[in-house]
Amino acid sequence: MNNYPALIVIAPLLAALFAGLAVWIKERLSYPIALIGLAVSAFSAFKVLMQVIDSGTIQYRMAGWAPPMGIEYRIDLLNAMVLLLVSGIAFLNLLASCKSVDQEVNDRAGSFYTIYLLFVTGLLGVTATGDLFNLYVLIEITSLTSYAMVALGDRDRGPLASLNYVFIGVIGASFYLLGVGYLYLKTGSLNMVDVANILSGIHGSSTVLVAFILCMIGIWIKMALFPMHVWLPNAYSYSPIAFARVVAPLMTKVMVYVMIRLMITVFGFDYIFESLSLADAVVWLATIAILAGAVMALSQKNLKKMLTYIIVCEIGYMVGGAWMGNQLGMTGAILHILNDALMTFALFLVVGNMVYKLKTVDLVDLKGLFGKMPWTMAGFVLAALSIIGVPPTCGFFSKWYLILGAFEAGAYHFAAALIISSLICAVLFFKVFEICFFEPMPEEHGHMDSHSHAVIEEAPVSMLIVSGLVSLSLIVAGLYSGTIVNTIILPFLK
Amino acid sequence: MTDLLTLIVAKYNYWLYVILMMIGLYAMIAKNNLIKKLVGMNIFQTAIILFYVSIGYKKDATIPIIQNAHGGHDAHAAVIHAADYINPLPHVLMLTAIVVSVATFGVAMALAVRVYQRYQTLEEDEIRMRLVDIGPEK
Repeated sequence: MNNYPALIVIAPLLAALFAGLAVWIKERLSYPIALIGLAVSAFSAFKVLMQVIDSGTIQYRMAGWAPPMGIEYRIDLLNAMVLLLVSGIAFLNLLASCKSVDQEVNDRAGSFYTIYLLFVTGLLGVTATGDLFNLYVLIEITSLTSYAMVALGDRDRGPLASLNYVFIGVIGASFYLLGVGYLYLKTGSLNMVDVANILSGIHGSSTVLVAFILCMIGIWIKMALFPMHVWLPNAYSYSPIAFARVVAPLMTKVMVYVMIRLMITVFGFDYIFESLSLADAVVWLATIAILAGAVMALSQKNLKKMLTYIIVCEIGYMVGGAWMGNQLGMTGAILHILNDALMTFALFLVVGNMVYKLKTVDLVDLKGLFGKMPWTMAGFVLAALSIIGVPPTCGFFSKWYLILGAFEAGAYHFAAALIISSLICAVLFFKVFEICFFEPMPEEHGHMDSHSHAVIEEAPVSMLIVSGLVSLSLIVAGLYSGTIVNTIILPFLK
Repeated sequence: MTDLLTLIVAKYNYWLYVILMMIGLYAMIAKNNLIKKLVGMNIFQTAIILFYVSIGYKKDATIPIIQNAHGGHDAHAAVIHAADYINPLPHVLMLTAIVVSVATFGVAMALAVRVYQRYQTLEEDEIRMRLVDIGPEK
């Protein structure tokens, strides 16, 4: 038995320990340690994905204890994909972060890398585990580290935003914990597969219904589904940009993964769509989330804030797709986890480059940016087209599956909301393009005393390369989305 | 009416945890002082811990340590009945949950200290007024 599944999670955990210790010796050491830890993790995740594609689900028993008693890491096609996504994005972001961490949190770079690694450990653990209570603990690790990170950012508003995030995060996690308690009460087990086997005989039980609703509400709060989204925009936009770039694409997407995992593996489609009649209500909720997110994004004057509201809108896509109750919708939701993580990552990388040069990214600060940072803006255009959903970028394909799923389920309101929000995104991004391209740069911006013409002042090369790579990957993921669907998502849903 | 009463008495542990949880939730939502909100948060988490602890309990059962298991006189003669021992698993889970809640509380307290250092107050409405004074956000 090989140990790659454990290595994915343990490598960043150990690296966090050493990075924390290294601060006492030399602060500079913590960055390479973090880099090594995440590289090992990403490599293991890649190996695991290949193994799962070749030979099916891997069941890894922690310390050799058999499943119902011991904790099991159960890796099938879905979480193998999400694991690679999380570790890959975390690694790439770290490559790009060296300079911006020095700029933003230079007095506490060591602690930044330590917390960063712990955060990634939490996300990877949430994705890999097959145990319901273990999932709760790892969600809390992820949340605790992100509270600390948000407070490291904006000195004026960070701590307050973070404190509000703590209150809401605790409510979410506690609801989930309560739901697990009810499940345990009814089944006497915490292992996902074991619980699912026991549950299949007792679908009518009201305890199971309460457990299901509590778990879902907890996870929805954590993923910021529309009425429970208020913490997200402040928390994400006041955190240091090097952290915002990883939390924005990953945190919400991993929570969507948890929701899909609970729906498919633990409660089962039969229970959710045949015994309960909640699906229509949830799809309506997702529809409202999409529209509300898009409209709120429209009213923002700061680019970072605007993007955080687009995340709220994208959450609506995935929740709606997953609750459509058919294969097409679920395919769209899973594909959108991948695509949306990449798109959001690309957008936030670009914003990171802008923040590095401009310090603030209010829309008025962006005037004439095409001349000043052409490469960054090229990445921005690609990512924006992908969010809008222009083929051949990847955003188009997952939206296509979602719309097909909506038609099959007869949820025309959802399809309409999806199209309207795409149009609103188009308006939003073209507004930004207009400011960046046509409006002249104000004289006091940049360091160009006598020049009247824009001087190219790009972000550091490491940031540019990563952002370029990720932007190109949007097209690659789009072109290969057929392969992804056929080798990963459809075999998983079978 | 008597039905309801017997229902409440028979499952009083659930009613207690629900009441505690609602007190905590109320404090987190309605209170203006950040420390009071933190206290509410702690009550909220404790309520869930009490719920877990209570579901492991059985009537007339003892702590889950098997007597004479290692070479006592009648080690093999005594049959072990699961009903004689309370369920330890929820309690063990709560050890972890307590650690989590302490950690959360610690982080939240540290954040409250930072907020106090920055604004010299812990009342949320006053902080909001200060934020308006600072001017438009970055």
